[in-house]
Order: sequence, then structure tokens, then C-alpha cells
Amino acid sequence: MAQQKPLADRIRLTLPNQTDYLGVARLTVSGIANRMGFSYEEIEDIKLAVGEACTNAVKHAYKDKEEAGFIHIECQVCSDRLCIEVSDQGVGFAEELLPEQLTPIYAGRNLEDLDEGGLGLYLIHTLMDEVVIRSESGVMVSMTKYVRRDGVAGDDWTISETEV
Amino acid sequence: MDLFMNTTSQEAEHLVVLGGDIDAHTGPKVKETLMSLANQPGASRILVDLEAVEYMDSTGIGIFIAAMKACKQNGCAFEVQKLSPRVERLFRITGLYEHIAVRKGESE
Repeated sequence: MAQQKPLADRIRLTLPNQTDYLGVARLTVSGIANRMGFSYEEIEDIKLAVGEACTNAVKHAYKDKEEAGFIHIECQVCSDRLCIEVSDQGVGFAEELLPEQLTPIYAGRNLEDLDEGGLGLYLIHTLMDEVVIRSESGVMVSMTKYVRRDGVAGDDWTISETEV
Repeated sequence: MDLFMNTTSQEAEHLVVLGGDIDAHTGPKVKETLMSLANQPGASRILVDLEAVEYMDSTGIGIFIAAMKACKQNGCAFEVQKLSPRVERLFRITGLYEHIAVRKGESE
């Protein structure tokens, strides 16, 4: 690929797989987004998306494992975008879970039919410009927000089990 | 930022004021409080004030769905009030806004 990419600054953060540190993940990413010039609304959206990705990791990744694990967050700061990868080395997720996890609460449904969970991935896709989710050994959620939106398709996203 | 939570009760009506961050860390405490109020025999109304909430994610949405279900079973009204723009956005994106009763203030 001859495509020219801007050089990226990389910031890595490894946190214990505990809910105690969710706030630290959000604050770190919020600080990075703030200095990149994102608007208040965009920063809050990024915080929410990262919060959801980390919450998924804490809740699902290591539930069947005895030892405590880690959440890895890598931020790639480019001139035109912020790419954040949230990954774990947990159990991954079953393929059949995916479609259901990408739907909002439909209007018109009965209260009894509403699920209390499963909105996390849907929110990430809604809030970020590009999202790629890989589930091999553990789950990796890669999400990108562009500093300038013009000319960028906001709804493109891919889910791939094999993409490297 | 931590969670702030204060409950005041007048007979069978309960006002729960929430503030700060509602996430997977603080959520269980909120859920426990709302569920115990929702399941109280004779509870007639739970009003949750969200004005001081600075961050909420899908954990909060799940808690409200659980509380709404419990309230419905118990014949208790469940309402929220004073949604910040961020919380309202979350409610709208997820679709919860169509299901949850929002009490409007006098000025609205």
C-alpha cells in the first residue's frame, strides 16, 4: 500500500481487569482527545465508547479464568484522527452473540422484552466513525474518530474474526 | 469521579438523586438501591433525579430497565427527571427514551 499515512504517536495503558479502573481509562482517553482538538461532544462520545469497550472486557473476558487479567488500551494519535484499541486476552465471544449486540432498544417493544445488557457494542458503533472488532484470542475493539469529519463516511464498520 | 446518591422518602414515594459517574463500578450500588425501593410492598412512585450525573453508560440503561420492570410488577410508577444533554443523548441513541417516563419541570 503506497497510501501515505501520517505518523502516529502511540500511548499505551495497561490496567488491571477491574471496574475500579474504568474511570482511569476514560479520563486518559479524554485527556488525549482534548489536546487533539475534539469538541466537547466528541470527547464525551469517545469516553463513552471507550468506557463500553473496557466494560465489556472487564465483564466478559476473564469470567471463566481464575487469574486476574489486564485490559490493554493503545491510542494512536494521528494528525487527522484518534484510533483507540481496547484489547484483552480473555475468552472472546461466540459469533452468535454479535447480531443481537448491535441493536438498540426498539420503540414499540414491550418493557418485558427489553434486555438489560448488550448495548455496549451498538453504542461503540454508533458513537465512533470506524469500528473493527476481532475475536481470536481475546477480543480487540479498534475504534477511530476523525478530527475533521468532511469527506469521511461515518457509518462504515466491519466485524471480522480473521482480519489481521 | 465517584457516585453520589441520596434517597429521600415520603410515605410510599421515593426520590433518588444521582450524581457523578454511573458505570460498571458504581452501578451495582445504584441497582441495589433502586431495586430494593421498587420491590418494597406498597411503593407507589420512584423518581430519579439525574441532573448531577456527569457520566453514564449502558450500565445505567440496564439498571433503569431492571428497575422499570420491577416497578411495573409491583404497581409502582417509575420516572426520571432533569436529564442532562449527555444523558438524554444516551437515552435517545439506545432507544430507552421511548420507554422511560420523563417528568418535565415547570419551565419545560
